[in-house]
Amino acid sequence: MKLIYEKSSPGRSGVQMSSIKISPTEEIPSKYLRSESAELPEVSEVEVVRHFTALSRLNFSIDTHFYPLGSCTMKYNPKVCEAAANLPALTDVHPLWPQLRGGGLLTQGSLGLLYKTERLLSKVTGFDEFTLQPMAGAHGELTGVMMMAAYHKDRGNQKDHIIIPDSAHGTNPASAKIGGYDVVTIPSDENGRMDFELFKAALNEKTAGVMLTSPNTLGVFNPRIKEICDAVHEVDGLMYYDGANFNAIMGRYRPGDMGFDICHLNLHKSFATPHGGGGPASGPVGVVERLRPFLPISRVVKTSDGIYTLNYDEPKSIGYIAPFYGNFGIIARAYAYILSLGRDGMLGTSNRAVLNANYLQEKLRPLFKEEYKGRCMHEFVFSGKNLPSGIHTLDLAKGMIDRNIHPPTIYFPLNIPEAIMIEPTESEGRETLDHFVEVMEELVELARTDPRKLQEAPVTTPVGRLDEVKAMRDMRLSYT
Amino acid sequence: MFQTLGIADFDALFEAIPDELRSDELDIPEGLSEMEVMQHVRKLASKNSTDLVNFCGAGFYDHYIPAAVDALSSRGEFYTAYTPYQPEASQGTLQAAFEYQTAICRLTDMEVANASLFDGGTALIEGIMMALRQTRRNKVLVDTGVNPIYREMLRCYTRNISIDYEEVQISNNGLADRAAYADVLNDSVGAVVLQNPNFFGCLDNLTELIDSIHEVKALAIMSVYPMALSHVETPGAMGADIVTGEGQSLGLPLNFGGPYLGFMATKKKYVRKMPGRIVGETEDGQGRRGYVLTLQAREQHIRREKATSNICSNVQLCALRAIIYLSLVGREGFLDVGHQCMDRANYAWHKLMAIEGIEPAFNRRFFNEFAIRLPKDASEVVSTLVDQGIAAGFPASRYYDGMENILLLAFTEKRTKEEIDIMVTKLESALKA
Repeated sequence: MKLIYEKSSPGRSGVQMSSIKISPTEEIPSKYLRSESAELPEVSEVEVVRHFTALSRLNFSIDTHFYPLGSCTMKYNPKVCEAAANLPALTDVHPLWPQLRGGGLLTQGSLGLLYKTERLLSKVTGFDEFTLQPMAGAHGELTGVMMMAAYHKDRGNQKDHIIIPDSAHGTNPASAKIGGYDVVTIPSDENGRMDFELFKAALNEKTAGVMLTSPNTLGVFNPRIKEICDAVHEVDGLMYYDGANFNAIMGRYRPGDMGFDICHLNLHKSFATPHGGGGPASGPVGVVERLRPFLPISRVVKTSDGIYTLNYDEPKSIGYIAPFYGNFGIIARAYAYILSLGRDGMLGTSNRAVLNANYLQEKLRPLFKEEYKGRCMHEFVFSGKNLPSGIHTLDLAKGMIDRNIHPPTIYFPLNIPEAIMIEPTESEGRETLDHFVEVMEELVELARTDPRKLQEAPVTTPVGRLDEVKAMRDMRLSYT
Repeated sequence: MFQTLGIADFDALFEAIPDELRSDELDIPEGLSEMEVMQHVRKLASKNSTDLVNFCGAGFYDHYIPAAVDALSSRGEFYTAYTPYQPEASQGTLQAAFEYQTAICRLTDMEVANASLFDGGTALIEGIMMALRQTRRNKVLVDTGVNPIYREMLRCYTRNISIDYEEVQISNNGLADRAAYADVLNDSVGAVVLQNPNFFGCLDNLTELIDSIHEVKALAIMSVYPMALSHVETPGAMGADIVTGEGQSLGLPLNFGGPYLGFMATKKKYVRKMPGRIVGETEDGQGRRGYVLTLQAREQHIRREKATSNICSNVQLCALRAIIYLSLVGREGFLDVGHQCMDRANYAWHKLMAIEGIEPAFNRRFFNEFAIRLPKDASEVVSTLVDQGIAAGFPASRYYDGMENILLLAFTEKRTKEEIDIMVTKLESALKA
């Protein structure tokens, strides 16, 4: 499809902007001005509308396709949450108003929404306090690691590393490193859990903390979690809960009750805010009481007469990790979602998510080599290494695209060869799951009977498999 | 489904987990119907004042958003998709990102741009980390004309990740102090951060200063307000190495602070050190043009602890809004919006300067925002006007010592002559009170 710039025609314009003038033109010396205007598109409004509508139709999305992308929790995003978050009384508020003297009274609705969301997340996770400022999961991780560092500094602890299992998302080690710690990686055992003996051997007085995803990226819940927490606390380390997979346990288990000290949640996963083609996200961080002083400022507080204000006076705080109060628009969507689910809905959500995953796993078991026996949580991993020779997980994924299904996550986690990671979420009914099983059966059969067909897939999309090596070599990163 | 699994209830699915970990029933209210959710949120939202006339900017601006921006960006095919890991099923997202990267390059006059970062502040810290990786030095100089909200963030991050952070005070005319830089620039400095127009709205031409930064082999990072780039000299033309900024003014609502749009552009020779997703053009087996995520070897999902950044997402939907906005207003319309902003600011400047006791705080040249010196405490004056339904600007003393009387006012195309007249009149009365 043509680029919007290729549709440009000199002099053409889209939306009519105002031409009212209220002051005589002032000459600004040319050394402060650009010599030529930026070459933006010159197209009519209808051309813009058709262009981006046509582009949108080249995408797979939750609203149009089954999207069982493991580890990403691609659940349906209820439209009421959009409607609530898009109320002009919320979207038109300037973030600096509450910093004007007396201005906090102008934004009681927005501050109240933040305060109430913090309280709800605390109750759902079992932590004493939350900050909503982190703007994505990885940002939450970095915030958590910075708080860990502040805690240890405050205690006079000499710590130099964080322990992370090999099944973790790549963001965990990256965040730990940027936060100033070395990373000690622990392999998974035969059950897909962090190897307990190797973990014990790695743990020492220099351990700042442990970052765990639970259930982990293999969809496995570590039943020895309490032992791990106790051992880490023994050396005054902190337990970090990566909430990427919170959808599996919400309403049933609370990381705060298990012994974790810090956690982040991905509101765009468990709390149904849209992924937007890769963001914006929101990654609130919860902490236990003894870490409260280290939370980022500002803090939303409620005075005894019920007024919400901002508090900046926290001398031990790590400081400002975001310009304001986080991705407010995303938080508002999550708030509406939590209200609509309520306590029973929370439990129902994780129940259904885990049931759907187990059902699919059971049905698909005959087709694949299964990495870890037994039940899964909200997602599971198969390996494509037993597919007929010459056929890879990638081929299977591309075949799914031709059958109108967005492929699962592939080649992750890294410790499973030819990994296929499937997360159906609670949104899907049995019909969709059964259809998916039929498609998988057909594709595995095709791999045996006519492998070339699979290797040529996809053929129904606007482009076939794209040459990624060429993209890297040519580095055409903008239209010229 | 229970039958298929040979279980009787949901609890059986969780039997591998020790019972002692099971939590009590959540202490949150029961679920609400859709209608009740809307009623509840509407009622809560109504506690915000929405009829305030706004002259408060300070890096975040109240611009008009054409209707088609919402209509197009809210299409579920964009909205409910995820990161384009399967390019054949995501060409819509990928092509839009490529078009956005192109627009950022053209606005800033730079060679390459990434597909976006969280916001202008985090983009700036990422820019600093990138520059220090490139120069293999550990010291950054930051001009106090850089938005103080961002400087608060920079202080937090640099302290926590052990970067040597030092500020350089602006001079009395409100601009970057050339003499001060001459004193502190040496070969320990890896990066210098400047902003144009700066926090006080002052316009500058930084070409010579950037030359002197290059003389010590440091990189120049410039934070910019994209709307000003309709008219203002580009960072590329001034020689900047890394450009970052807040893209909120390109079709995103103020939304109480987010989601916003961090953008970043640089020179092609530094692209491998640039964080964030990047979309590149390529072709399929039949020679058809298509787009993919590229240069992923920099990223955390491959490199883990050796990655250029821990960030794994962009803010694609916000970047999409920006490219739709820029396409809708177009080359001419973007100039028009810039003119309107300058027009309103000029009008207000003359009206305010006519008031006895008000003086210019700094240099005269500005785009749509300027600072004035009042004869009394600016916070008090703002507080008085807030009670009368006007956010009359941002008092600089919130972040700058000794600037108790300095008020920063911003103007966009949305402000009318009548609104400005009323604000000026009320400000004048507040000064007399």
